[in-house]
Amino acid sequence: MELPLLLEMGADAFPDRAAIAGPAGPITLGALYERARGAAQWLLRQEGDKLVFIGLNGPQFPLALFAAGLSGRPFVPINYRLPDHDLRRLLARSAPAVAVVDAGMIARIAGVEGVTAITPEDFAAKAIAQDLADGDRAPLHETAILLFTSGTTGEPKAAVLRHTNLTSYVISTVEFMGAPDGDAALVSVPPYHIAGISAVLTNIYGGRRLVYLPAFSPESWIDLALAEQVTHAMVVPTMLDLILNMLEQRGERLPALRAISYGGGRMPLPTIERALKLLPQVDFVNAYGLTETSSTIAILGPDDHRAAFGSQEPAVRRRLGSVGRPLPILELEIRDEAGAVCAPGVAGEIHVRGAQVSGEYLGKSILTADGWFPTNDAGWLDEDGYLFVEGRLDDVIVRGGENISPGEIEDVLRLHPAVDDIAVLGLPDDRWGERVAAVIVLRADHDPAVDDLKQWVQTRLRSTKAPETWEFRDKLPYNDTGKVLRRMLKAELALTAPGN
Amino acid sequence: MELKPGSRWKSVACNSEVVVIRPPNSAVTLQCGGHPMVATGDASGPAELVPAHSGGTVAGKRYFDTETGVEVLAAKAGQGSISVDGRPLPVKEAKALPSSD
Repeated sequence: MELPLLLEMGADAFPDRAAIAGPAGPITLGALYERARGAAQWLLRQEGDKLVFIGLNGPQFPLALFAAGLSGRPFVPINYRLPDHDLRRLLARSAPAVAVVDAGMIARIAGVEGVTAITPEDFAAKAIAQDLADGDRAPLHETAILLFTSGTTGEPKAAVLRHTNLTSYVISTVEFMGAPDGDAALVSVPPYHIAGISAVLTNIYGGRRLVYLPAFSPESWIDLALAEQVTHAMVVPTMLDLILNMLEQRGERLPALRAISYGGGRMPLPTIERALKLLPQVDFVNAYGLTETSSTIAILGPDDHRAAFGSQEPAVRRRLGSVGRPLPILELEIRDEAGAVCAPGVAGEIHVRGAQVSGEYLGKSILTADGWFPTNDAGWLDEDGYLFVEGRLDDVIVRGGENISPGEIEDVLRLHPAVDDIAVLGLPDDRWGERVAAVIVLRADHDPAVDDLKQWVQTRLRSTKAPETWEFRDKLPYNDTGKVLRRMLKAELALTAPGN
Repeated sequence: MELKPGSRWKSVACNSEVVVIRPPNSAVTLQCGGHPMVATGDASGPAELVPAHSGGTVAGKRYFDTETGVEVLAAKAGQGSISVDGRPLPVKEAKALPSSD
């Protein structure tokens, strides 16, 4: 089953329903489908075998996504925040292609061979100008999306998401046109992130109007949520923290808002606790997933949030820091280095298998012979099947043979009154192999002694987990989906921090 | 009929259309409204709705045959109901998940 059918079904059953909010009123499902067919007709007459998207969020993004599918061309959103050199290299790897590029970014990609660039506005105009009466139906392509992974080491890999991966996720987790009339989803995650793609698919299929915020700031997010009576939103942890600050400052409470889902990075406990207190009418959903799994594979639902938040029992309370339970439509296992399945409470590598799981990069699949995808994420399941994600396997600190999760130490230090932000990482150590290092941003007017911070960790965890190297910064480096760039800090500290 | 995953079929007796999600494990005839369905581009029909197969098809619902494993998604609604070799297919109830996107 192909992506465009998700839109075609809605356009057939509810042609007048709003699909995307726009300045001149909403674009309906019927109009969006017609324009996507028009754009596909135009694409079929252009050179190239892919459709690239380089630009901010906006109504032209879903149009391009569906037009690509209808024209049988893989859709390739590329991160416009990359330095020019990297952006041009990824674009060159996608050639020959048509590229929809924001007007202000076209100069950055000038001269890349095999690429026909067009602005989103011109692309939309082409979509409307086509005669659909004698339109061709393109032969379909198995690949729906190529998404370059952030590439923390070496050249970024292009993850391959097939139509069947994405549609199986959508039709088994979303009720067709199940959203009540008037529901609206605010999208502020970037278009080159898997969450930006799944937002289009699930909201279109569910009948929820898409509201695009081109560039995030807490003020503009709140203003748009109020203006469009937004009922649902997906955010990354850093966005939620900024939104909460602004809501407190403005005394605003967003009465129409019913649900916030979050993911893309570790959510600090104090942030989610503050959110639950400040917005009691909102259902919070923690969604864990990877590009290679077509988005969400585990969910901590609204009831889980409230039960954990209201519980005094440590085993239930700590679930607020979990990503909930695996979706019922897939299998998930924790395996040790030898490949054996781990018992509850024992950490290992998260493995997942199911129709939505691609586990494939251009040129090679990393699925095991029996279809399991090793995620390279470390984690463990509790007795009731709640999944705790510890981060990338490469981030786990191995000190004297003991595996230490940076996230656990960060969570503890985040509760210290002097700590505003924190990243924990492993540094090379002659004696232990690796030692624990903490990089801290202090709150204004706080100047704690290092011994005090060390003591704070020792009394709550155990002494081997207390950082031995302490570094203080004005701020920490994040990528734009809210993941702290440990690798960057690690490289800096390896140069500057003293040995043992 | 070869019920390949992703292949689309339409009813000759009503507006129903389906897409195959999972193929059957043996050869079957997919029917709607009491008649074999045809490929969406096919101009056969029309045929009269058989009353015993007029319960209707609901867009967005998945229909599943426990015997052969065939599963289809209704892409368009219609008055006829889906069956396989004369066996009416029940709706596969999906567990609704909270929105995460």
